[in-house]
Amino acid sequence: MTDTGGRVASREAPRVSRPAETEPGVSVRSQGLAARPAKGRRGRRTAAAWGWGLAGILLVALVWETYKLLAPADGVLIGDTRVLPRTTDLAMPHIWDMFSRLAEPVTRSPSAQPLWMVVGLAALTTLGIAAAGWLVGVVVGIGLALVMQRWRIAEWGLLPWIVLSQTVPLIAFAPIVKSWGSRVEIGSFEWQDWMSVALIASYLAFFPIAIGALRGLESPDRIHEELMQSYAAGYWKTLVKLRFPAAVPYLLPALRLGAANAVIGAVVAEVSTGLQGGIGRILIQFAGQASGDPAKAWAPIFGAILLGLVAAGSVALLGVILKNYRRSEESA
Amino acid sequence: MSDATTGSRAPRPAETAQDAGSRAPRPAESAVEVRGVDKVFETRTGQVQALDGIDLTVAAGEFVSLIGPSGCGKSTLMRLIADLDDPTAGTLTVFGKSSRQARLDQEYGIAFQQAGLLPWRTVAANVALPLELHGVASADRRSRVAQLLEMVGLGDFADRYPDQLSGGMQQRVAIARALAEQPRLLLMDEPFGALDEMTREKMQTELVRISAETGAAVVFVTHSIPEAVFLSDRVVVMSPRPGRIQQIVPMRLGADAARAARTEELREERTFFDMVTAVREALHGGSPVASGARGVETR
Ligand SMILES: Nc1ncnc2c1ncn2[C@@H]1O[C@H](COP(=O)(O)OP(=O)(O)OP(=O)(O)O)[C@@H](O)[C@H]1O
Ligand SMILES: [Mg+2]
Repeated sequence: MTDTGGRVASREAPRVSRPAETEPGVSVRSQGLAARPAKGRRGRRTAAAWGWGLAGILLVALVWETYKLLAPADGVLIGDTRVLPRTTDLAMPHIWDMFSRLAEPVTRSPSAQPLWMVVGLAALTTLGIAAAGWLVGVVVGIGLALVMQRWRIAEWGLLPWIVLSQTVPLIAFAPIVKSWGSRVEIGSFEWQDWMSVALIASYLAFFPIAIGALRGLESPDRIHEELMQSYAAGYWKTLVKLRFPAAVPYLLPALRLGAANAVIGAVVAEVSTGLQGGIGRILIQFAGQASGDPAKAWAPIFGAILLGLVAAGSVALLGVILKNYRRSEESA
Repeated sequence: MSDATTGSRAPRPAETAQDAGSRAPRPAESAVEVRGVDKVFETRTGQVQALDGIDLTVAAGEFVSLIGPSGCGKSTLMRLIADLDDPTAGTLTVFGKSSRQARLDQEYGIAFQQAGLLPWRTVAANVALPLELHGVASADRRSRVAQLLEMVGLGDFADRYPDQLSGGMQQRVAIARALAEQPRLLLMDEPFGALDEMTREKMQTELVRISAETGAAVVFVTHSIPEAVFLSDRVVVMSPRPGRIQQIVPMRLGADAARAARTEELREERTFFDMVTAVREALHGGSPVASGARGVETR
């Protein structure tokens, strides 16, 4: 029909699953009375998600303990190759041992803090560094996306380099980054070692954010762009009223991916730069003590998992706050 | 949205007076003036001549419909008037200014075939968008939005989101949005295309009322002959490849009768059917025909 025909905003975002809104029937029925049933259904769905998550964890624990119970102590060997691990307490401590170890002090020294506290503090430190890296990644990523969206030529010039940048394993160069950083000194500002770690975290975080933000900023339908044009709205007004809101469904998964990348980047960079205080450091340290205290080595691993969950959860919270920006135009 | 009986009411004195006012010696400037406009699209497969030598004047307060088979350039012409695209040749003026200046001065309101609402904004916030962009104070904004939503019969839906509305309701929100700044010119590209027949007739009656009340000139693209006849002072019949104006059919209905008097009864009247026939014949290049034109609804 018109030239805008067929372009009715089916804004499919990458890796976005829009709960309930896209479910056929819900919105139609929500005209009057259905607000409540829809909410109930959503509630049931989150409950189901938690249930399945919990069941998954229990299953892993069950497999672990069953294998430990039934398999030979020396593991499973084919020829000379061990395809399944030994089941000794040294290689595979009991799950309850791992958890009970958390409550005990880190070392035998009388002033030692409990293990969970040490791990928790280390995880918090790493979380802080990762968050700093993530924020830098968000600023750089969205900044690059804005430049690329504004000037087509910048997209041609920049995008290949952005993609290429991710093939440089900066994590591998972490010690070099650290030594560069140590030479930076501007006035009273002095480069700290944790900043090198945050820098590497941001390097991993900015990429998905830049790509997601670019797709999001370019996502408004022509009809919406022309509407803004008909209002004689300039670049900035269009950006604020149209492009940023339209980018939200693309940005959220990108931010989540960026957060996960920042955490991984921070942990690995801590390991390779030997930064004290973070979870990466105690991961290595406790693994070194595993022969004497096998359950202890698992504590930082749980800490790292928790770290990832908290990071992803924070972004998910952002998604809840911005949920109205994830609506689609058509009535279901 | 008023019910269908509103239309059959005798015109209110205020409406008649206003209408007479807009019809009395018109100001020298016309709403839209199109002179020798060509539009050629460059495509990969070659050039497409969408418009060829278009001349058209729309007087202030006049209701003009564009009708013609699919692809004859109706939307293109409308987009040129709205300065969403540039003509290849010729000139366009809107209220005596260049179309660009008219756009910058917000001389027109526009409604597309798709509602084009912003999905993250409530109905009220969607209608408020142009007011917000042009710095209208928030108290004025709220009262104006309430008034507009009342006008299109969506007063109770102010806090809904577009995905909670039917297509017809969305379209009414879009029309309210187009009217938000009381433009002197309304550009509408098949705004009722997505509506069912009942709602469509209601909306037509509403549009007649609104345009009479506000004295706005309207350029209205449609595929429906009865719709064009019912609404318009003049119907511009276009032909395709290249898009030309085939004929401009004046509606006797509008010439002497006050526009607000276009009531539901009109649809039943003899003159109405004569006009429908006249437009249909124009669509077929002047020869009397029995069946409807291709690509044009005759319902
Ligand atoms: N952006 C464009 N690029 C190339 N060709 C175009 C473009 N827009 C329109 N056209 C062509 O111009 C001609 C007129 O298109 P237009 O959309 O104005 O038709 P229309 O009369 O509005 O048709 P419909 O009644 O189906 O909406 C068509 O042949 C179309 O293919
Ligand atoms: Mg069209």
